[in-house]
Amino acid sequence: MNRQELQALAGKAKGKHEQFKHKICVCCGASCISSGSEEVLKKLQEEIKTRGLENEVEVIPSGCMGPCNQGPLMKYLPEQTIYQKVDCNNITAIVQSQLIEKKPIEELLLFADSREKPFVNSNEDPFFKRQMKIALKDCGDINPENIEDYLAAGGYRALEKAFFLLSPEEVIAEVKQSRMRGRGGAGYPTGLKWETVYKYVSDQKYVICNGDEGDPGAFMDRSVLEGNPHRVLEGMVIAGYAVGSSKGYAYIRGEYPLAIKRFELAIKQATKLGLLGKNILGSNFSFDIEVRIGAGAFVCGEETALIASIEGKRGTPRPRPPFPAEAGLWGKPTLINNVETFAGIAPIITNGGEWYSETGTPKSAGTKVFALAGKIKYSGLIEVPMGTTLREIVFDIGGGVQNGGDFKAAQTGGPSGGCIPAEHLDVKMDYESLISLGSIMGSGGLIIMDKSSDMVDVARYFMEFCMDESCGKCVPCRVGTKMMHDLLQKICDNKGTQIDLDRLEELAVYVKETSLCGLGASAPNPLLSTLRHFRKEYENRIMNHQ
Amino acid sequence: MKSDTAILSKELPKTDPRVKLIAAKMKKENYKPDALIEILHTAQNAYGYLPKEVLAYITKSLHLPPSRVFSTVTFYHFFSLKSKGEHTCIVCTGTACYVKGAQAILNRLEQKYSLKPGQVTPDNKLGIQVARCIGACGLAPAVVIDNDVQGKANAEEIIETINAKTGII
Repeated sequence: MNRQELQALAGKAKGKHEQFKHKICVCCGASCISSGSEEVLKKLQEEIKTRGLENEVEVIPSGCMGPCNQGPLMKYLPEQTIYQKVDCNNITAIVQSQLIEKKPIEELLLFADSREKPFVNSNEDPFFKRQMKIALKDCGDINPENIEDYLAAGGYRALEKAFFLLSPEEVIAEVKQSRMRGRGGAGYPTGLKWETVYKYVSDQKYVICNGDEGDPGAFMDRSVLEGNPHRVLEGMVIAGYAVGSSKGYAYIRGEYPLAIKRFELAIKQATKLGLLGKNILGSNFSFDIEVRIGAGAFVCGEETALIASIEGKRGTPRPRPPFPAEAGLWGKPTLINNVETFAGIAPIITNGGEWYSETGTPKSAGTKVFALAGKIKYSGLIEVPMGTTLREIVFDIGGGVQNGGDFKAAQTGGPSGGCIPAEHLDVKMDYESLISLGSIMGSGGLIIMDKSSDMVDVARYFMEFCMDESCGKCVPCRVGTKMMHDLLQKICDNKGTQIDLDRLEELAVYVKETSLCGLGASAPNPLLSTLRHFRKEYENRIMNHQ
Repeated sequence: MKSDTAILSKELPKTDPRVKLIAAKMKKENYKPDALIEILHTAQNAYGYLPKEVLAYITKSLHLPPSRVFSTVTFYHFFSLKSKGEHTCIVCTGTACYVKGAQAILNRLEQKYSLKPGQVTPDNKLGIQVARCIGACGLAPAVVIDNDVQGKANAEEIIETINAKTGII
């Protein structure tokens, strides 16, 4: 397929959708599927057919809409009306009311059981109103298993623009101008990384998409891969064009079978249309993508360990430098970016780097996807401008703590991050502000805790995780995490002493400063941050055994 | 040691559809050693775990030292050298599930079936495992029974589902 044919196909796909007066999306993300959305979809399709509305109403399975614990979700477009906890027995009534009588059934709307008055237009609901969707745009509105839906929504236009209107240098310049930083957690400037890989001369370079979302409590990458796989794929191809690579790998967690299935399908569909493979869109650029399935090792989120795993070996990290940009996969220059980073590329190319940099804070541009979970009223997937305060996320979007409880702490960054206490609820969610509180942005897991969480046990929980997941290559991490875990267990069992606490603090510094990779270097973070903000709980355990 | 050498030279029945599946995967991957993890995934999907004979077969086909294959298998949580049971119950212990009481569910299941995570009942009917995070945090606590995710899980309901599937009372 060449450029004109792509434009014609996109136009045709768009025209096809415009024939329909209504569109109904049934969320078929992993969470809603486990709540029974596939049966809802089937029943709805039958209902539309029985009523002879199939030429007027389009019914599609979509990706994640956001409020995961209210599933199964069903959205009516263009009204943007969302029904929650949809039961197969309610479908006839909803279709009759919503479509025929044009009167939404209020008691079945999203958040009807918890808001005084639910919103007919979900975009007016505070859960959505405070959000800004760039990486998640179209996720929840299109069928992730149909490339035409993506094309109709403007998909692959960024790729077309990059190939035919921009040189690789200009693509990199746009990404640099966007000031986007890596969404995997470390926050390294994306444009700079691309430029470094671009500058190395080599017969072969690689692009890797890191979808090994190992942080417990994080499901952003899963939702993006499930809800809009083509967006990630498009970002990878653009990256390949920019840095001069012809081969990409998508490393996806084995725990995410649906994400793997949909991404593999996306590769197949894109290849068929000539958007992947040899001479893409008739240009002289060729690019292939292969999926690699992770086998359950947290350390493989670390880039050098991930590379070892793609090479079919034990996923153990190696010292850097050389950085993967210089010598990565099979010793060749390699660009590694996170799923969410790739998902942000197409909008940057389409709208320009400057447009992207206008959102967020001076040092952290753009938006961030968070997986909001734990003791929160409305959990789910959200995307907000960088610099949104934790208070806005927890109380405005999330509706506050579950069952009206008191907010105690928010955990960010998983086992590499820390806990933010109530007195810092007004912290801006950006890279620097979180670091100044002893936590990190991480990949975007955001777990809310109430008074029932014991912070010493939280530290023990994360230390147990790091101890188990330590690859064993370097001593500080292998031995240090075990020693720290045992001391934390002792304090949890009310057998700890002041000497144990001193020893813990001493060990934390050793492990932090001498571990080989990020896993060990950040393993003490949950301990240090809970000590910093909740020291009284440790002392209570030691002095008063409570 | 002697028995392991014997395993290495043991031939697998070529007509076994599971062996055929692995053979086809290895051929597709061109017998490249870097496809080892992909091939192990195929083998584990076919058998439910990785029997030693199968590992020996892969080792020989890819011309790899057995130590390389064995060290890779034992490194990753996903791979198992023992049967995981006909039916599996995986309790997610990710942060959201931890905060919402996954440990209490696990304790109840351990007590009910006298199993620790990673163990299988003597009749191989049921195995209990824990997962680091299955990414269903919005529905915490989550439990996976034979690939079906059960959100907002409650220990007694999980036990009912398990009993119905396995015939254990």
